[in-house]
Amino acid sequence: MLAAIQLVYLLKSVWAILAALLVGSILIVLAGSDPIAAYAALFEGAFAEYFGFGNTLVKMSPQVLAGLAVTLPLRAGQFNIGAEGQIYIGALFATLAALYLPPLPGWLHVLVSSLAGMAGGGLWALIPAVLKAYHRINEIIITLLMNYVAINIVSYAVSGPMMAADAPFPYSDQIPDSLFLPHVLPRTDAHLGAVIGIVIAVVLFFLFRHSTVGFSLSTVGRNVDAARYAGISVARHIIVGFVIAGAMAGLAGTYEVLGLKYRLFHMFSPGYGYDGIVVTFLAAGNPLFVVVAAAFLGGLRSGAGIMQRAVGIDTTLVEALQGLVVIFVATGLAFRFERTYWARVLRVRREFDAGQGTGPKSEMPP
Amino acid sequence: MIEIFLDPTLFTDFLRTSLRLSVPLVFAAVGGVLSERSGVYNIGLEGMILAGAFGAAVGAFFLDSAVAGLVVGASFGMLAALILAVLGVSLGVNQIVTGIAINLLALGLTAFLSRVVFGAQANTLNLPGFKPIAVPGLVAIPVLGPVLFGQDALVYLMYATVPLLYFMMFATPWGLNIRAVGENPRAADTAGIPVNAVRYACVLASGILAGLGGSFLVLSQVFLFSENMSAGKGFIALAAVILGRWNPVGALLACLLFGLFDALQLRLQFLNPDVPYEIFVALPYMASILALVGLVGRPSPPAAAGIVYRRETK
Repeated sequence: MLAAIQLVYLLKSVWAILAALLVGSILIVLAGSDPIAAYAALFEGAFAEYFGFGNTLVKMSPQVLAGLAVTLPLRAGQFNIGAEGQIYIGALFATLAALYLPPLPGWLHVLVSSLAGMAGGGLWALIPAVLKAYHRINEIIITLLMNYVAINIVSYAVSGPMMAADAPFPYSDQIPDSLFLPHVLPRTDAHLGAVIGIVIAVVLFFLFRHSTVGFSLSTVGRNVDAARYAGISVARHIIVGFVIAGAMAGLAGTYEVLGLKYRLFHMFSPGYGYDGIVVTFLAAGNPLFVVVAAAFLGGLRSGAGIMQRAVGIDTTLVEALQGLVVIFVATGLAFRFERTYWARVLRVRREFDAGQGTGPKSEMPP
Repeated sequence: MIEIFLDPTLFTDFLRTSLRLSVPLVFAAVGGVLSERSGVYNIGLEGMILAGAFGAAVGAFFLDSAVAGLVVGASFGMLAALILAVLGVSLGVNQIVTGIAINLLALGLTAFLSRVVFGAQANTLNLPGFKPIAVPGLVAIPVLGPVLFGQDALVYLMYATVPLLYFMMFATPWGLNIRAVGENPRAADTAGIPVNAVRYACVLASGILAGLGGSFLVLSQVFLFSENMSAGKGFIALAAVILGRWNPVGALLACLLFGLFDALQLRLQFLNPDVPYEIFVALPYMASILALVGLVGRPSPPAAAGIVYRRETK
C-alpha cells in the first residue's frame, strides 16, 4: 500500500500532463471545437502516423538537447534560462565552420562543425557562469537577457555579412551537401540529431549516477557549504556545468542547420530553449526522463499542425498546454511523499479497522 | 546622430520617446521592488506584463473604453501574481521555478486566447487608448515641458506611483513591516506582523503594477495585442530592480536609463538604414547586462528573499 501511494507521488508529471490536458479541453471548447476530436488528431498525428512520427523526431531533437542543457546546471543548483541564446550562437558557429572552412572530407567536416557549434554554445554559457561563480551576479537575468542579444546577433549575421545573394528574407548560403546529416527514417525529415540527443542523455544518466563528477555536481546543488567543506570547488563546478550545458544547446542549434534547414535562418528556433525548461520540469532532473518528456513535447509541436487542419484549432494551443503543464508541475512540487506520515496514516487505519475505533485519537495525523 | 542632441525639437522628441519607452519598465520594476522587499523573488514580472497587456486589450475591446482596459489589465496582472502568491508563499514551491512557470503560462495562454478572442483582426485592431493631455502652464517649459507634461494619463499615474511607493516603503509603518518581513520574517512574526499576509499583499500589488505596465503597451503605445509583446521587458525591469538596489527611486532611474538606450536604438535604426537594425535592437538588453555587470558591485538583496517562511520550522 505504501508503495502504491509512493507511486502516485512519483507519477506527478503524469498527473500534471493530465491536468493540463483537462484545462486545455476547456480552452478547446472555448474556441468552439470538440476536445476529444482535437486531442485525437493531435496525438494520432504525432505518434501513430509514419510521417507525423518522423516530424515528432525532428522537433524532439533540439528539445532533448535543450532539456539536458537546463537539467545539467540545475544539478548544481543553477538556472540556465539561456538555452535559447546558446542554440542560436551554436548554430551560428556551426554554420560558419560549415560554410567557410576549406573543403574537408564529409564526416570530418560534420565533426568539426559540431565541435564549433558546441564551442559557440559553451562560450556563450561561459559568460553567465563566470559572472555567477566569481561575482555572484544572478545567472537567471543574465541568461535571459543574453537570449535577446544572441537572437539579434544571428539576425544581424544572416541579414548582413552572411546573407545569401538574392535571398528574399534573411538566411545564409546553403551548406555543402556533404555535411547533411543522415536521415533515420526514410522519406521523412527525421535526422540523426534525435538519436545523438538520446545517446547523450543515456551517457549523462550514467555519469550522474556513477561518476564523481556527477556526485560533486549534485553536492554543490544540494548544499554549497557541505560541498566546500568536502573540498569541492563550487565555482569550478558551476562553470563546468554551465559550459557543458551550453555545448549541448549549441549542438541542438547545430543539428537544426546540419540536419534540417541546411542554412542559417534568422529566428529559426520557435523557442526550443524554453521548451528545454518545460522538458526539465517534467523530467524532474533525470536525463532518461528528459528523452520521454522531449518526445511528449515534440509530439505536441508536431501534432499541432495536423490538429489545426483537422479541427481548426490554432497551433498556439500547444503553447498554452506547455504553460499549463509547467504550472501544474510546479504545483506538484508542493507535494512530497512523506513516508513516515503515510506509514502512520496506514497504521492508524489498520488499528481502527481491527479495534473498531479504539485507537488513541492523538495518533491521527494532523 | 549628433543633431539629435543639438536641435531642440529633435532632442525633445528623443527624450519624450525615452520616457515613454521606460514607462512599462518603471511600473514593472517598482512592482518587483515591492515584491522582493517583502521576501518574494518575482521572476514572473515578464508574464505579469504580458497578462496585463492581454487583459488591457480584452477589456478595451469588449467594453470599448481605455479605463476599462486598464482595470482589466491590472486585474489580469494580479491574477498572474496570485499564482506566485499561492505557490511561492502558501505552498512553499521554489519562487524562481514558480516565476519561470508563470512566464511560460502567460506566453502560451495569451498567444492562444488572443487568437480565440480577436481572431483574424488581431493585427488590425485599433483599440481605444489614452491620449496625451497637456498640463497647462508647465507644458510651456522649453524642452522638458513637452517631455514631462505633454503625456497621457498613465504616465502621470507613474509620476504619482513612484514617490508614493517610496514614501510608503520608507516612511510608514506598513513599509517598515514589509522590509522587516523581507529581512527577518521570524523577528517580524514575533513582533506580531502577519508575514504571509504582508507577502500576499506585496506580490499581488506587484502584479497589479506589472499589469499597468503591460496595459501601457496596449493602451498608450500600439493599441493592439500581439503575441509575446512584452519581449523581455520584465527581465530588463528585474535588472533595474537590482541596479536600483531594491529602492523604487533607484529602479526608476535605472528604467529611465534603459528607456534612453531603447530610444537611442530606434533613432539609430532610423538614421542608419544601411546598417542592419538588429545591432541596435540588442542595445537595451546589452545595456542592462553591462549595467548589472559593471555598476552593481556586490548587490545585497533582502536577506529573506526567496526563502519560504514556515512558522514551525527553524
